[in-house]
Amino acid sequence: MSDIQDIVGELDALTDENAEQYLTFILAGEEYAIDILRVQEIKGWNKVTTLPRTPDYLQGVINLRGTIVPIIDLRRRFNLPEIDYGPTTVVIVLKVFGEEHDRIMGIIVDAVSDVHNLKYDSIRSAPEMKGSVDNRFVTGLTTINNKMVVLMDIDALMNSAEMEVEPESI
Amino acid sequence: MSIDLSQFKQTFLEESNEGLDVLESGLLALDSGTADDEVIHAVFRAAHSIKGGAGTFSLTEIAGFTHIMETLLDEMRDGRREISKEAINVLLTSVDVLRELMAAARDEVSPEMARVNEVQAQLETVLNSTSADTVLTQDDPDNSAAAEQSAGWLIKFHPHEHMLRTGNDTVRMFKELASLGDLENSADLSALPEFEHMDPELSYLSWTIELKNNEQQGAIDKASIEEIFEWVEDDCDLTIEPLILSSASDESAPQNDVPPAEQSAVAAQETVENVTPIAAKADAKPALKASAKKKKITESGSIRVGTDKIDSLINMVGELVITQSMLSQMGDDFSMDKIEALREGLAQLERNTRELQESVMRIRMLPISFSFQRFPRLVHDLSQKMNKKIELKMLGEQTELDKTVMEKIGDPLVHLVRNSLDHGIEDPETRVAAGKNEVGTITLNAYHQGGFIMIEISDDGAGLPKDKLLRKAIEKGLVSEQENLPDEKIYDLIFHPGFSTADQVSDISGRGVGMDVVRKNIKELGGNVDVTTEEGRGTTFTIRLPLTLAILDGQLVKVGNETYIIPLVSIIESLEIETDNINTIAGTTEVYKMRDEYIPLVRLYDVFDVVPGTTRLQDCLLVVVEGDGGKAGILVDDLLSQQQVVIKSLETNYKRIQGISGATILGDGTVALILDMSGLLTLAKEIEPAQSYA
Repeated sequence: MSDIQDIVGELDALTDENAEQYLTFILAGEEYAIDILRVQEIKGWNKVTTLPRTPDYLQGVINLRGTIVPIIDLRRRFNLPEIDYGPTTVVIVLKVFGEEHDRIMGIIVDAVSDVHNLKYDSIRSAPEMKGSVDNRFVTGLTTINNKMVVLMDIDALMNSAEMEVEPESI
Repeated sequence: MSIDLSQFKQTFLEESNEGLDVLESGLLALDSGTADDEVIHAVFRAAHSIKGGAGTFSLTEIAGFTHIMETLLDEMRDGRREISKEAINVLLTSVDVLRELMAAARDEVSPEMARVNEVQAQLETVLNSTSADTVLTQDDPDNSAAAEQSAGWLIKFHPHEHMLRTGNDTVRMFKELASLGDLENSADLSALPEFEHMDPELSYLSWTIELKNNEQQGAIDKASIEEIFEWVEDDCDLTIEPLILSSASDESAPQNDVPPAEQSAVAAQETVENVTPIAAKADAKPALKASAKKKKITESGSIRVGTDKIDSLINMVGELVITQSMLSQMGDDFSMDKIEALREGLAQLERNTRELQESVMRIRMLPISFSFQRFPRLVHDLSQKMNKKIELKMLGEQTELDKTVMEKIGDPLVHLVRNSLDHGIEDPETRVAAGKNEVGTITLNAYHQGGFIMIEISDDGAGLPKDKLLRKAIEKGLVSEQENLPDEKIYDLIFHPGFSTADQVSDISGRGVGMDVVRKNIKELGGNVDVTTEEGRGTTFTIRLPLTLAILDGQLVKVGNETYIIPLVSIIESLEIETDNINTIAGTTEVYKMRDEYIPLVRLYDVFDVVPGTTRLQDCLLVVVEGDGGKAGILVDDLLSQQQVVIKSLETNYKRIQGISGATILGDGTVALILDMSGLLTLAKEIEPAQSYA
């Protein structure tokens, strides 16, 4: 029953101006969502070239058709227990808007899940949080199939990841 | 229909900058007396088109300022004014002011008017000084009388048939005229043909326009009328006469028959009038200055590329497409008997790709004259300031190099030329006493050598004083007294930070900051600078620069599982380690004895924190490199191949990492990091103390 409601809801959202499409992915059993327009591509994990003297969550850089793209391991970024990369492990290549210029960066997640239409009014604001995922990185919470999904602010997350490399800039 | 002019503004500014260059080089040629008539015409045209363009884009400051310059140049062009040194100097300063105004226009900030006014006043002084005596006397009374009595202007405007084809619109011009005062316009239709013979693109009409001063706007400047007709000047017959209400207007001669001098005199008068209000505004200068600093729009660079370069690119892309379609056709039904054809196709593809790469690189290549062209002016100004007589020779101006390299080499070059001027060339008396020509020569020479561009800056001046250098170095404790330095090492001391032998610090050079910066900047570009000198005969600085920053020759090295690239230019040699030659200082800092010097060892795996393949020194190789801080030996597991690599920036998507200058993509598609020797060596020094505590 709830499935049907969801489907109807999504159909509504498709034609609705007040909705946006989100890509959801799984990280340590939790589901996160990011704006799909920011996703450049999704690719399998391959060996990266490590960069010296960078935070451990920065896995390294890959060659994406001639562009050097840094890759961030989100599990490490959020201090989640590490797992071996498996067949579902993917790199989501994202466009990140920065203050000076836009960047292409990749995040490693456990698996991609689905694409959803979310209405703005279905998004709830997140409660005050502490820890590695704090409110800066979260734009809100929503419910899909009775499961909580965290909407993530990619720009805040990736730009902060970049900031922390340089301790003197703080 | 209104056209958005702003889209052309960028082009105008770029073109104007070229115009300014023409102006400047022309003026310098006039100054040295080598100019013929053509030069002064070119200079005049340049000023004229800047003025016209500025008017179109409502850059009134530029237009007004250029107008005065133009007036002065016009007199010179017609031979009514002597080309004096003062005039040239003022005109050169005006070029600088125009540059500033252009920059302000580009950044959309309000220009600093104080300097503009100052120079404008200078220009007017020059303009009035002689022209007032010689020119105004001719028909000044007439003219000013006419201007005073006239209640407006009578304009006879007869466009040539083809005027409309150039995109000029008479209606628009009339509208502008009408905005100046009361307009009465009568058209002469006599030339209008029968309707069936009429060509809609031609202009058959002529007009007689009475433009009367109206009370609100006051008297009309003749210049503002001329400005409206500026673009059609050559495409019409135009007379502008003062309109005298009481007497018959044909009493005064048609203006075009009057020598242009009169016009310029009028213009001069007008500008004098114009100046006063602006000068009054000078009080508001601080405010303007503040606003000028507030806004800084980032400059979007552009390159002018010759059509031949583009044509050849298109040809190559065409070939590439043909090769590609050939290969894909082969792939559709491939059998083993076609392997030979496939190989051939691939070879062709490789050739196409390489050619294409070279051509694309060539687009970024510009002749070094872009960088050299500022020197005639610099030498002119400085030699005057220092009362030296100097001739500048420039050779190999067509030698091409990468635009980015060119932009970064400008300042070091200026520094070296200033140095030659200040320290190198002696004053005329000393030169004559030394039996030399009193005119000193500075030569700029550029040429290609291998994959590098060489730039030589040589003077025939005093040369570097070896003894003085050595004494100074001993004084500063850079070398000990007993030390026996080879000559080249002594001369090399001038690149040492804080080292100056100038007896007197001038505002041009001598503070000892500079040569070290010059060397540092050039090294950052992957090049080098050396000096050779002969006392009493002159000094030559030789700069060696890579042709492009996009590609470098690299040595691939292996450390653990990582592949790094060391730029070949930094490598002095590579050797196997003899453990006997390794010594430690304070137990931790390792140095390696190489022939007669000790060089610090850098364990790359420590610095970069990677798992090494081996820590046994016997199994490692030592790559001796030279960075900013001197030589060092870098420990690597293995040397791989040498190859040309295309430099990709890490900053595009990430940020700069110390010790790494960029990344590249290897043949197998993986990314390899390119080491930056200077950064790496600094880094190695930083982490050393941490180790010693461990």
